[in-house]
Amino acid sequence: MPRHERDIAVVAFAQSDHRRRTDDLSELEMLLPVLDEVRERTGLRARDIGFTCSGSSDYLAGRPFSFTMTLDGVGAWPPISESHVETDGAWALYEAWVKLRTGQADTALVYAYGKSSPGSLRDVLTRQLDPYYLAPLWPDSVALAALQARALIDAGDTDEEALAAIAARSRADAAANPHAQLAGAVPHGGHQVRPLRTGDCPPVGDGAAAVVLAAGDTARRLCGRPAWITGIDHRIEAHSLGVRDLTDSPSTRLAAQRAGLFTAPVDTAELHAPFTSQEVVLRKALRLGRSTAVNPSGGALAANPVMAAGLIRIGEAAARIHRGASDRAVAHATSGPCLQQNLVAVLEGDRA
Amino acid sequence: MTAAPPPEALRAPLVVEFPFTRSLGPVQSAFLTGLRERVVLGARTSGGTVLVPPAEYDPATAEELRDLVEVAPAGTVTTWAWNDRPRPRQPLATPFAWVLVRLDGADTALLHALDAPGPDAVRTGMRVRIRWAAERTGAITDIACFEPVGPEGPEAPPLHPPAAAPHDGRFPDPVTRIVTEARLDYTHTPGRAQGAHLAALRGRRTVGERCPSCRKVYVPPRGACPTCGVATTDRVVVGPAGTVTTFCIVNIKARNLDIEVPYVYAHIALDGADLPLHGRIGGIPYDQVRMGLRVEPVWTADGRHPDHYRPTGEPDAAYDSYKELV
Repeated sequence: MPRHERDIAVVAFAQSDHRRRTDDLSELEMLLPVLDEVRERTGLRARDIGFTCSGSSDYLAGRPFSFTMTLDGVGAWPPISESHVETDGAWALYEAWVKLRTGQADTALVYAYGKSSPGSLRDVLTRQLDPYYLAPLWPDSVALAALQARALIDAGDTDEEALAAIAARSRADAAANPHAQLAGAVPHGGHQVRPLRTGDCPPVGDGAAAVVLAAGDTARRLCGRPAWITGIDHRIEAHSLGVRDLTDSPSTRLAAQRAGLFTAPVDTAELHAPFTSQEVVLRKALRLGRSTAVNPSGGALAANPVMAAGLIRIGEAAARIHRGASDRAVAHATSGPCLQQNLVAVLEGDRA
Repeated sequence: MTAAPPPEALRAPLVVEFPFTRSLGPVQSAFLTGLRERVVLGARTSGGTVLVPPAEYDPATAEELRDLVEVAPAGTVTTWAWNDRPRPRQPLATPFAWVLVRLDGADTALLHALDAPGPDAVRTGMRVRIRWAAERTGAITDIACFEPVGPEGPEAPPLHPPAAAPHDGRFPDPVTRIVTEARLDYTHTPGRAQGAHLAALRGRRTVGERCPSCRKVYVPPRGACPTCGVATTDRVVVGPAGTVTTFCIVNIKARNLDIEVPYVYAHIALDGADLPLHGRIGGIPYDQVRMGLRVEPVWTADGRHPDHYRPTGEPDAAYDSYKELV
């Protein structure tokens, strides 16, 4: 497929070791080694970067404007071109992609981080819900995912055994991922909110990730095998859960279609499915067959640093292209309850 | 010999509480006022779909919705999840099921709690009805929870959903706003650089960190140089004395602050630091404070940081010595 002259690629990716808690580090200190790694990998210094965009949430740390603290890590003086999204860093990457696409920069640094350990994540996430009808009931993130899982089981799309197999496969694959928080043989455990068991839920933890994007020849100069973003799109569904068919994800399907996913097969899929049941929904929406390796990194079931886990999916897919393990990959990020918002990116490496 | 363990990370409770007052539009006002009066209202779309809970705009077409209808206080569970360990502030303190319920006459489902003896007593398709809260204010919590219809006897055949009845949405004394109280509890930890700074303050010392690239000393340190974008590492004791680089005269008394006005609040460049700190200047009439004034910290008995700074009596610093820090 001929490419636009402003083709954009992921040229570097780094992530932290994801941990249950990082009391010894500030958010900035957790992030700095990751920023250092992508800058070292590309040879770009802080002031060489054309645009910087980050994703994080004040509600995780419980402090307003918390993203300003990490700006020290990107050399924000003298002033730089910078932006922030109060959601997963995958959406920060989308903003950076637009910036590069429109020719306003040649390189972009995208980073995201989240420390879930200071608060109670399940309670914190209730504050992103509709404040009139949902938030006053404090339905936590596991409960809402469990409603979706039950709907899938009732529809015959999966059962508890199949969900356990997704968990086992993810954590087995994660054994090869040195950054994973949960890897290897993990007990599936008792019910958290029935029908979801502990093993169906992501670990709660702290982590950070960073990606460098570059346009055209700059990308070729910075990376041996750039992971070209041939399509990217994000879509949203009605916020009321009772309006949606929880067994399907039309927003994911539409984003995938607009991103060009369905024009050719993919060998790799990195799906942001924090709950096993959500992988079932996403496989269906993205029409993934057996020839696609799903979440070879272990996915969000192995490490789910909130606000970074979606960006990590794009980074993991890109990294496989960088090292020649993939030629065409799909990366997916989600935000909100029960896959409310979905971003799909298609990445390709140059064929030898 | 083993290395000394790293010092225990500092930690402190951090409570965030926010009572947002939210205005209700015509549809949400009617719905929540209706709950107060034990009436459940939905919004009908031009296509005839009835949304309960109602939205002000059609999620499919974005068309404005103002056509209200009354639906039944009983309905059918469309999906559920058994919650063995209720969390604080959830609708019931005893184990319960989260349910999406499609009320008779509605086409969409409402999220709430179902009071049932155990997971074996719950299934998709079961019939449930609203249990109203004894005291109702016009909030979603006016529905205390749902309860099974006829839990003892053989299951009643599903009622044919009655047609939703038109309703003008008018009630005496309508609820037009709600207060959504929330409280989140955190444990704050300051991290390495700020932790070291706070620990040093206990010994009445101020430490900064030096950038390995530009050599600037930042205080209080945050762990990175904002100019170079690299980690600061070398710890440097600065002060205790410093120079006023700029200041303002405060004439408004802050609430809960026992300081007489007017007083002076200043930027103070501690000796050896490349970034000024903020501090109050005392021990000198407010109208005699000046740029270049040399000051030193004054600690109170139990203070965790200097209470204020007072003149050292040294000659003023030359402007050139601090002009980069203004």
